[in-house]
Amino acid sequence: MKASSVDRLIELALEGKLRALGRLLTLVEHPGPEALEVLSRVAPRAGRAQVIGFTGIPGAGKSTLVSRVITHLRRRGYKVAVLAIDPSSPYSGGSIMGDRLRMQEHAADPGVFIRSIPTRGLKGGLSMAALAMIEVFDALGYDKIIIETVGVGQSEVDVAHAAHTIVVVTMPGAGDDIQMLKAGVMEIGDIYVVNKSDKPEANKTAAYLQFALEKEGIGRGEGWTPRLVKTSAVMGQGIDVLVDAIEEHWRYLKDTGLAARRVASRRVLLTRLMAEARLNAALSEVLEEMRGEVEAALEKDISGAFTLSEVLARRAAERVLKGSRAG
Amino acid sequence: MSSPPSTRGPEGRRYKVLVAKMGLDGHDRGAKVVARALRDAGFEVIYTGLRQTPEQVAMAAVQEDVDVIGVSILNGAHLHLMRRLMRKLEELGADDIPVVLGGTIPVIDIEPLKKMGVREVFLPGTSLAEIIEKVRRLAEEKRSREEGLAKVEG
Amino acid sequence: MKRPGDYDSLWVVIGGCDWRCKVAVALFDERELERIAKAYKEWEEKVVPEWLKRMPERMEEFTTLSGIPLKRVYTPLDLKDWDYMEKLGFPGDYPFTRGIHATMYRAKLWTMRMFSGYGGPEETNRRLKFLIEHGETGLSLAFDEPTLVGIDPDDPMAEGHVGIEGVNVASLRDMEIIFEGINLGEVTTNMTINPPAPVLLSYYVAVAEKQGVPYHKIGGTTQNDPLKEFIAQKTYVFPPEAAVKIAMDLVEWSVKNLPKWNPISISGYHIREAGATAVQELAFTLADGIEYVRQLIARGMDVDEFAPRLSFFFDAHINFFEEIAKFRAARRMWAKIMKDWFGAKKKRSMWLRFHTQTAGVSLVPQEPWNNIVRTAIEALAAVLGGTQSLHTNSFDEPFRVPSEFAAKIALRTQQIIAYETGVADVVDPLGGSYFIEWLTDEIEERAWRIIERIESMGGMLEAVKKGYPQREIAESAYRFQKELEEGKRFIVGVNIFRSDDIEEIRKVPLLEFDQEEIEERQKRRVKEVRASRNQERWRRALDNLRRAAERGENIMPYVLEAAKAYATIGEIMGVLKEVYGVYVEPPEY
Repeated sequence: MKASSVDRLIELALEGKLRALGRLLTLVEHPGPEALEVLSRVAPRAGRAQVIGFTGIPGAGKSTLVSRVITHLRRRGYKVAVLAIDPSSPYSGGSIMGDRLRMQEHAADPGVFIRSIPTRGLKGGLSMAALAMIEVFDALGYDKIIIETVGVGQSEVDVAHAAHTIVVVTMPGAGDDIQMLKAGVMEIGDIYVVNKSDKPEANKTAAYLQFALEKEGIGRGEGWTPRLVKTSAVMGQGIDVLVDAIEEHWRYLKDTGLAARRVASRRVLLTRLMAEARLNAALSEVLEEMRGEVEAALEKDISGAFTLSEVLARRAAERVLKGSRAG
Repeated sequence: MSSPPSTRGPEGRRYKVLVAKMGLDGHDRGAKVVARALRDAGFEVIYTGLRQTPEQVAMAAVQEDVDVIGVSILNGAHLHLMRRLMRKLEELGADDIPVVLGGTIPVIDIEPLKKMGVREVFLPGTSLAEIIEKVRRLAEEKRSREEGLAKVEG
Repeated sequence: MKRPGDYDSLWVVIGGCDWRCKVAVALFDERELERIAKAYKEWEEKVVPEWLKRMPERMEEFTTLSGIPLKRVYTPLDLKDWDYMEKLGFPGDYPFTRGIHATMYRAKLWTMRMFSGYGGPEETNRRLKFLIEHGETGLSLAFDEPTLVGIDPDDPMAEGHVGIEGVNVASLRDMEIIFEGINLGEVTTNMTINPPAPVLLSYYVAVAEKQGVPYHKIGGTTQNDPLKEFIAQKTYVFPPEAAVKIAMDLVEWSVKNLPKWNPISISGYHIREAGATAVQELAFTLADGIEYVRQLIARGMDVDEFAPRLSFFFDAHINFFEEIAKFRAARRMWAKIMKDWFGAKKKRSMWLRFHTQTAGVSLVPQEPWNNIVRTAIEALAAVLGGTQSLHTNSFDEPFRVPSEFAAKIALRTQQIIAYETGVADVVDPLGGSYFIEWLTDEIEERAWRIIERIESMGGMLEAVKKGYPQREIAESAYRFQKELEEGKRFIVGVNIFRSDDIEEIRKVPLLEFDQEEIEERQKRRVKEVRASRNQERWRRALDNLRRAAERGENIMPYVLEAAKAYATIGEIMGVLKEVYGVYVEPPEY
């Protein structure tokens, strides 16, 4: 795609044409010259939005909660983007849109843009796609960018790290196991939510969580004391308090300069992921070309054959240096 | 043995199809069977679930930047719902996304539907192979046109 | 004997032993069986190979639509330990395999209950009066989709849907118009309605009250089967637990107040149409029934108080013998469940009374006239299976709701079966066929296995929440479509003797009506109703309903009062949605 057409797309997207934004997101979804082109053009405009990661245990009502939070953010005048990292259906492996469906009340609102990211089939991996899309949304004037993830797997942990604010969602009866809170993203929350707080046991769970936050060192820290909020997304209770906490955390990050630092580290990660994708593509090509050679060597002398990895790496590097494109 | 036709565009991205149910129609057997068949054939498929408004479907198609929209309607409200869908797509500058429709559609309605811009109407009894092939061709056509840009400018 | 509600292995529940470990009283003499076995072996080894050489069979394997493999021929050897009295008994006797009545169609033919309706209340009133003039007393109302999901005709989601698939009812006013000039003490009315069933029943009862008809004379059926909404029909509104609670409120209230009303019709029809096999249809439907029985017993009701009021609704598909066997197995299984699991004493409690509809999904637009033949064969299966009432589909249904012309042929099809063929003159005429009895046993066995699986999940409510039946059905639907495309199944005009003649389809005369006019009329009327009612009474009724729902009381008396206060369907359902929440289906496929 020519630079001029990317410019035109950005221009249209800035005018509020959602179709253009949808296309820009597709362009950065996979690594390659187009993604590079788009990112280098939007980056100067980006760096202002608050990126909010929502993660939590399955069944805690995360999507419904996010939907309510969107309503409140819209009321406060923010434009909101949502990146829904949809786990593939455990039964069929198909891409599902469960998160989008639970947010359908916002579907007709031009100030809310929801995009799903499949967990499979992305050449640069899920984290690269998500981080690149954050830059695009940020550049195009979305004030709050919500990433919804189940928070398992390295790439999702990477994505969560890129967020300014991490909201961990639990529910009554599920937050009592401290080990669970020490897994992955759960451990580094800035705000902890006990959703479904209309249920019995909610107070017990909240008390337990409070203890964990104070005594067990759960939470990202960095001078910020993690907040605990009780909500009932279905009943619409506690949402204002949660949004206040999200805003408060944002002010804290800006005041301390942490906001900018987090943008910087997010971009370092994106740059690295793009480089990795580039190298990986070259490596795949070289391996494909040398497959016969490698297989023959493995058959003859296993211990010697693995040294071929050195050769592969070198050739891949050469290929990158020569600037030949590999998708 | 020849390999099956590709479900990837020239850039290597898989074709993306939105399978949609609109209105109050709860007959989802066909939509699910087709969604699954497309997925098994290598497409990236997004299924909207039930009870979506045409406007929501159009927005989802734009936000997800899909290559084809496949709608299933078996409740007789197809003319009304499709008119609204096509109107919204046009309003969003997304009427280059091909739309196909399947379901219980009287033959006399096929002509008006095509006039609205619906590219294919699949009646009950259409084979999955035929649906897959036609959807693939429409996706291929759209990708190779790269008309999205020009459309957005409109 | 275990208490009902214990989720133990099924075989344990049935008196500690299933029929297979009882000492069988075999139908056939042992020496005779040996003689047959010897002859059979000879035939298989000598005669059959000869024939196969000359004439190979059409397929490598023959299976029913449920995938049950079929042998070449069935003999007494397939019923070796088969005990007649245990498996069949006599019509009207436990386990009712041969029919719930001793005389069956010799005394009273099945009810030809044709489900119909479209448009507004005025059109429906005219149609009902026409039917009554022609001797019909069993009325059956089809509702449009806005009514089915309980929203008013001026709700944005209703736009373009009003009056298409049935009549639109938004308030008591509409129900008054539908039954103007019809005495509700002299007819029975079947209402195919689920989440808003309490609302529609209340409108109906309110009209009856206005006519001065006493409660004990009000007769009819509400479908009111919430579980199959999540499994297949997809006109759900409330989350599963609340949906079941509300449906059971209706059953409990109805059993205590409307002795002639059938408060629930436990439906396999939609499950089958969504893609289930015959075996799955049977198992899921009975599992739904088991869940409801448990729920009602948990409310402190006596099983013999409510069980006689439970009724069922099945599909009659095109795989002829499998369908007949399915109906027979269903009766036997339900009788066992009621007697052995739940300790029912009354015979009536053990009866599986059912309505049947021919398979809508078996009809295709290609050469549409052929659908008349399909429907006839399916209807015949239902009659040979011993149905209590029957709806035959019209050949034009792959396009639109039926025209009068097509609906008349469908009704005539039933009448030809009833009066010309003689199939109704002997009770259970296929009973004793080696094949039919073997197949009935086989289907029963396979269905028990599925029910056992559901029991191990904690019953159908839990299984539905886990998405189990939903997934199984999607799987079967996909498998059938694959088999069709691989040439393992056939539909004439579609994948064999294919017809692409669109002109022939064009010749089908379709029902024409002005949908937009009906929608406008209904929107106008609901606004008038809202403006003209006693606002004080209306507000108080809805407030009381909300509080009763929050307290967990039976909502029926409060819905009835709201209905009488001219609260609209959307308003009543709105209050209930606020209290119980709204279900969103996880979009799996």
